[in-house]
Amino acid sequence: MKQLLTAEQVEKAINRLYKAVAAQLPPEAPVAIVGVRTRGETLAARLVERLRKTREVSHGILDITFYRDDLSRRRGAPLVRATEIDFDLDDAYVLLVDDVLQTGRSVRAALDALHDFGRARVIRLAVLIDRGGRELPIAADFVGHRLLVGSGERIQVKLKENDGEEGVFLIPAKG
Amino acid sequence: MAKKASSSSPRKAEPPPAGADAKPFVWRRKDLLGLDELSAEEIVHILDTAESFKEVSTRSIKKVPALRGKVVALMFFEDSTRTRMSFELAASRLSADTILFTAKGSSVAKGETTLDTVRNIEAMGVDIFVVRHGQSGSPHMLARQVRASIVNAGDGQHEHPTQALLDIFTIRQKLSRVAGLKVAIVGDIAHSRVARSNILGLRKLGAEVVVVGPPTLVPSAITAMGCSVSHSLDDVLAEVDVVNMLRIQFERFSSSLFPSVREYHNLYGLTAARLARAKKDLLVMHPGPINRGVELTSEVADGPNSCILQQVTNGLAVRMAVLYLVSQGSE
Amino acid sequence: MNDLLIQNGRVIDPANGRDEVADVAIARGKIARVGKGGGAAKETIDARGRIVCPGLIDLHVHCREPGHEEEETIASAAAAAVAGGFTTIVAMPNTHPPIDDETAVQYVLQRAARANLARVLPAGCITKAREGKELAEMGLMTEAGAVAFTDDGDGVASTSVMQRALQYTKMLGVCLMQHCQDGDLMTGVMNSGAVAVRLGLGGIAGSGEQIMLRRDLELVERTGARYHVMHVSTAGSVELIRQAKSAGLPVTAEAAPHHLLLTDAACMGYDPNYKMNPPLRTAADVEALRRGVADGTIDCLATDHAPHSKEEKELEFGLAPFGILSLECAPGLYAKALIETGACDWPRLIAAMSTNPARALRGADTTLGTLAVGAEADVTILDPSAGWTVRVDRFVSRSRNCPYDGWKLPARAVATIVGGAIKYRL
Repeated sequence: MKQLLTAEQVEKAINRLYKAVAAQLPPEAPVAIVGVRTRGETLAARLVERLRKTREVSHGILDITFYRDDLSRRRGAPLVRATEIDFDLDDAYVLLVDDVLQTGRSVRAALDALHDFGRARVIRLAVLIDRGGRELPIAADFVGHRLLVGSGERIQVKLKENDGEEGVFLIPAKG
Repeated sequence: MAKKASSSSPRKAEPPPAGADAKPFVWRRKDLLGLDELSAEEIVHILDTAESFKEVSTRSIKKVPALRGKVVALMFFEDSTRTRMSFELAASRLSADTILFTAKGSSVAKGETTLDTVRNIEAMGVDIFVVRHGQSGSPHMLARQVRASIVNAGDGQHEHPTQALLDIFTIRQKLSRVAGLKVAIVGDIAHSRVARSNILGLRKLGAEVVVVGPPTLVPSAITAMGCSVSHSLDDVLAEVDVVNMLRIQFERFSSSLFPSVREYHNLYGLTAARLARAKKDLLVMHPGPINRGVELTSEVADGPNSCILQQVTNGLAVRMAVLYLVSQGSE
Repeated sequence: MNDLLIQNGRVIDPANGRDEVADVAIARGKIARVGKGGGAAKETIDARGRIVCPGLIDLHVHCREPGHEEEETIASAAAAAVAGGFTTIVAMPNTHPPIDDETAVQYVLQRAARANLARVLPAGCITKAREGKELAEMGLMTEAGAVAFTDDGDGVASTSVMQRALQYTKMLGVCLMQHCQDGDLMTGVMNSGAVAVRLGLGGIAGSGEQIMLRRDLELVERTGARYHVMHVSTAGSVELIRQAKSAGLPVTAEAAPHHLLLTDAACMGYDPNYKMNPPLRTAADVEALRRGVADGTIDCLATDHAPHSKEEKELEFGLAPFGILSLECAPGLYAKALIETGACDWPRLIAAMSTNPARALRGADTTLGTLAVGAEADVTILDPSAGWTVRVDRFVSRSRNCPYDGWKLPARAVATIVGGAIKYRL
């Protein structure tokens, strides 16, 4: 497994993301930061922690499993964890947070899921890594770091809270 | 899961897994025939998945698209209003289409076999069959013969896995554990699929089980399933954490398996007087529908120890979990 | 000149105490000579390494004709019989209509003659329409050719009817064969016990078999009639029969291959091919039955060959009918249960498959089940080390309800000779 970004580079990328996000938050409207399980949830938690030093934000977690478009492929079911959004989404400014943006299918699922909780005024998308390879017309509003990676290869983001270490890694395409 | 009162922050992310290579458990089965063939890990996986589905029922839009475009056929060869409605609602909360088959006035009355009936309906493009049948092993026979998923909603006197799962889910919710608990199951054990599934599930998760009833309703060979037998409710009541009162089917006493309902109630009915001798926080369960004044008095059924209505609520989440999981099964 | 000479086989003929390599000569449908060098013959069979024995006799075969010819006919059962090495089968009378009068007996004999394969000997019902109420016309049926009487499928529940039946069969000198099962305790579909409880299936307790057997033995003692216990399934029954025999009662008994090979654990998957009556019991019962065959308590082996259509066996376990096929692979099954396990030797097994069933039917005076000179030339040649695999789709039976598909069996019939004519050759 080849390391693409070091822990320091990840920290810089998160910093960049935080600054860009903070600069654009609407001063008046209610703001909700919603992380997509599992790594997006961690990234969102970090953003929330810093943002709460200056303002009030709600914090939610989204599990998008039930909204995925590949459910009919029957590949077995890992544990689905609960979505935790216990605040009103109506008319909120919602920042959706995920670790990697590739095809856009997860984001599509997340948008559908959010929709079931209410009608947000605006939904913005923040990702740590944009690696290209879109299959749907979706773009991120805030990007921590852009990488160019071959379509057969997989990117893995590791975060301390989930993995015990920090960095971005390349998983080579299978034989 | 308890909803947070004021804070708008969810719980912290899970800690990293213990072993670096510890792969998370993945559900593989396409059928749910009974708890007999499930491992403890699989049972816990269903219960944990059901926890996630409980949240869905708290949303303003109580629906997820997990089974969008799928067809769930509810095959009720034997009557059951509650189980059927619970499965039907579970399927629709997963965005599946449901079709309903009941034996009354159907082709079964004209002599069609179970297999033919199911094959015919499968030809309409069914993904999951939820099967309630009076014959033990009927879902197992179907699972061998049809490609769609089979979920056992009660087969004869064999198993009723979703009922036991919702019972265990409720126990876990109310007492925060299953292992180490002592559970009494009271009533017609011999003819009860609820009893069998509960014994199997509870034993696998480490609970102790004692079955209680007169010897004509409790086969002695049941101990081979890992439970103990008592013929006296009064003897066991003080030491158990949970008591599951099975429904008495009245047609049984006409075949003289027990002398009278009055006597049964006196010996095995849960009354306020008996409850007073039990542990203070004894959990009282009943799979429903209750014969008030027979298995339980109204005082007990509606009292603080009873969790009968939570069982019904939890049944929905458990059945959503089961339908979702078998739809993902890849075996 | 002989018609047929079977050379160099191991000739096992328990009726005459013979077990040696020899030749068997057949002329005009009878055994002409057994010994070294049988003389010239029109046809010879080399039986080196094979067992040559008196034709196998199955006392318990459901031919289903008349009434369920889609499941089996007398002709297809007779074909299955010779394929399994059987030269004689006894046809059970629980057909539709049942064999309970002389016309029905004649019908069976007529169909059997037309098939011209194995001998098919009709058993008649003990009671009219198998209802257990009035005695059937056993005298007339015996005159028409019935060799035994049974209400198989059910036991005779009424004690007074049973007593009268025994008095009658004693007078006629024929065998009464009882399916021992107390009807009042018949509340299930498999052996009662831990497996039935786990599967949620109603149980058939072994005591239901033993209760009727105990009653019958009392009646046998009183009447002195010959009495044959069909498909013994429990250790308790074996012990009761052992005691009855040592008390000198005229009792014979049979065991079926499935009761010598399988236990109720086989029902775990709800496969109706493991549903039979009496049901599969426990390992202890299997062990007791094998010992019973070994010490002669169980003197006969009989398949209880019970064909059922695919549709019927595609039902749920509780709804499917009782019974399985085994006629075509029976010698292999017996050898697996009794020879491979060391329970008994070939002479004992041959006696239980041939000599003893002949005596159970006809008493000591029989021209079947023996290779005595002048006896019917019914001869079976077995390969004791065939090592073959059962393929149910190749059965000549009309049905397929057999749990032994894919089983590897040690022995099989390679030639079956009935009345001097070769009816089957592998």
